Amino acid sequence: MAAVQDTVEQVRSIDVDQYKYGFETNIESEKAPKGLSEEVIRFISAKKEEPEWMLQWRLDAYARWLTMQEPEWARVSYPQIDFQDLYYYSQPKKFKAPKSLDEVDPEILKTYEKLGIPLREQVILAGVEIPEGERPKIAVDAVFDSVSVATTFKEELKAAGVIFMPISEALREHPDLVKQYLGSVVPATDNYYATLNQAVFSDGSFVYIPPGVRCPMELSTYFRINEKNTGQFERTLIIADKGSYVSYLEGCTAPMRDENQLHAAVVELVALDDAEIKYSTVQNWYPGDAEGKGGIYNFVTKRGDCRGKNSKISWTQVETGSAITWKYPSCVLRGEGSSGEFYSIAISNGRQQVDSGTKMIHLGKNTTSRIISKGISAGKSNNTYRGLVSAHRKAAGARNFTNCDSLLIGDLCGAHTVPYIEAKNPTAQFEHEATTSKISEDMLFYCMQRGLSQEDAVALVVNGFVRDVLQQLPMEFAVEAQKLISISLEGSVG
Amino acid sequence: MAPLLEIKDLHAEIAGGRKIINGMNLTINPGEVHAIMGPNGAGKSTLSYVLSGKPGYEITGGEVIFRGVNLLDLSPDERAAQGLFLCFQYPLEIPGVSNMAFLHTAVNSQRKKRGEVELTSPELVRKVRELGKTLGIDADMLKRPVNVGFSGGEKKRNETLQMMLLEPYFCVLDEADSGLDIDALKVVSNGVNALRSPERSMLVITHYQRLLDYIVPDVVHVFNAGRIVHTGGKELALELEATGYAQYQSEAA
Ligand SMILES: Nc1ncnc2c1ncn2[C@@H]1O[C@H](COP(=O)(O)OP(=O)(O)O)[C@@H](O)[C@H]1O
Ligand SMILES: [Mg+2]
Repeated sequence: MAAVQDTVEQVRSIDVDQYKYGFETNIESEKAPKGLSEEVIRFISAKKEEPEWMLQWRLDAYARWLTMQEPEWARVSYPQIDFQDLYYYSQPKKFKAPKSLDEVDPEILKTYEKLGIPLREQVILAGVEIPEGERPKIAVDAVFDSVSVATTFKEELKAAGVIFMPISEALREHPDLVKQYLGSVVPATDNYYATLNQAVFSDGSFVYIPPGVRCPMELSTYFRINEKNTGQFERTLIIADKGSYVSYLEGCTAPMRDENQLHAAVVELVALDDAEIKYSTVQNWYPGDAEGKGGIYNFVTKRGDCRGKNSKISWTQVETGSAITWKYPSCVLRGEGSSGEFYSIAISNGRQQVDSGTKMIHLGKNTTSRIISKGISAGKSNNTYRGLVSAHRKAAGARNFTNCDSLLIGDLCGAHTVPYIEAKNPTAQFEHEATTSKISEDMLFYCMQRGLSQEDAVALVVNGFVRDVLQQLPMEFAVEAQKLISISLEGSVG
Repeated sequence: MAPLLEIKDLHAEIAGGRKIINGMNLTINPGEVHAIMGPNGAGKSTLSYVLSGKPGYEITGGEVIFRGVNLLDLSPDERAAQGLFLCFQYPLEIPGVSNMAFLHTAVNSQRKKRGEVELTSPELVRKVRELGKTLGIDADMLKRPVNVGFSGGEKKRNETLQMMLLEPYFCVLDEADSGLDIDALKVVSNGVNALRSPERSMLVITHYQRLLDYIVPDVVHVFNAGRIVHTGGKELALELEATGYAQYQSEAA
């Protein structure tokens, strides 16, 4: 087991050595008073110059949250979070909503440059070698702590009728749209963290694609937690009106800190008749060091509502970061003939704990869903897939296919699969496949005998393992994801 | 002429366990094909693993000089780049990695280690297709994941393809005929024979004589209890087929 042992050793030290996004930006910030109270919520709402109904919506959630219990069913363990010991709002001090990139604080621009997310238009995610001219355009909304600092390509999108802006701005410019859809997918009653988010969320992206419009470029939000002891609670709302299409990418990083930081986001997607939303995430929050010190607690609620006939929502995620991941991007298949997809790669190492999966709720007739989940555990990490597939009484002809594979690197990590299946309609057809395998010494030796270094052999085997999912990512993201996977397995040569 | 490979008084055991290779000596000159025959459990596969550097074995004595370097100092991938190829008795399956991509990675990993220019995709594809044709390997088999769902014959043809593409100096074939019907055996041996050249040597490991009708060796060794106990010409294989290994068991102890 020498080679595997070496891999394990290396993987163990990665999070400390390899996390390239762990720097901090020195910038003065303005914060809400520490802790959570009605006053803090009023402070946030006032900062955002929100209408009265929004404030009320937040306060309702807060009142409810006070009566709720933190969920305990996930296979994760962490010390009690002191919700009074956090800041719920932080914005760069000199912050004034920028009208153009020239107005953005150069320190912040530099931060995004360093992260490989240049906010200059015409450029895309860095590190991808695609000839000029062939580069797809990506519009970026950059969220720094609690506020959106820049959104690119606004004009071009506007010409297509696409609305892409910080949700705080959308509240002012398109209040009716926001009011109609906000909270319609993830209600205040949903779960502890979603309710907390509703009370204190600070910013996030808002997207509306008008009927029949195919969004002319990829849209992307890039989240960055910078400030200490600050929770990040963003809220994203995407509406694809009838017959429209949008592909949306989300990325995230945070500085390396010894304390844990809380991230509790909510993402709501609504697809009307014949609309399609493709939502991709590369989650690379700081995972903590090899001993499990520090790292992000990632408690996220993501749900898509296939509200219209033949609508489609597809979630693709590559999860490599966070100390704790608690995340189940789901689809409510309400419209007749609608379909939902979930493609996931979750890599855990060090002391990371991942409890992630999806829910496919079949409500309408002839709805279909597909789940492909690939979990890779290394180090002393624990990786759980938790999935629910259900068919309502009226969901005649509902079909699901689930494939759930786990790969173990070393002997000290764990992989768990927890599928729940409920079919209340006799015509529903659900298929479930699951495998657990260990990266074998023999397989690595075979590759090395053909000339591959041990590191390349591990990367090759892992990339083969996740291929079905990588293929679902937009091309430039796939390249980034592949690199990320290699980085998290880098240095495995003894 | 310097030998291509020299094994001198080699001793090896399974890590923390039994001694398997027990004072083995063997010299192979460039261009020679040697056969190693011996009963099940004699340590033939272990020898192939020790030579190629598989983890889990401990060398307790002796040395192996290959093309002027001490082979035992190198990692498995360095040994491969130095020109050692092991044709596996049971080739491994690699899900999700296409055969063509695997070949590309393998060839270029070796070239890079040797400081040679890497092959471009079109160059590689052309070469692989040409070689594939001679082995009855079609485009579909090149697209499929490495060895996944391959029949025994397909796996062995695939091993032969890798060997032909990588152009090693020294090929170790461990039970190359296991799982092959007579037609596949002919295809594989034709491939192996096509590789015979004045610079390239081979070590053909088998416990049946049948394979040696197709890949005709220059020298035949009887191997038992971890060392060579008898050496002869190609006619020794036929003798062994008739008399069995029993007469050499005592010599081994
Ligand atoms: N990994 C291993 N662990 C324990 N015993 C082994 C291992 N590999 C081989 N052996 C033993 O070593 C001896 C030699 O095996 P092997 O080299 O496979 O022989 P051959 O190829 O000549 O049949 C056998 O007794 C076998 O059982
Ligand atoms: Mg054997």
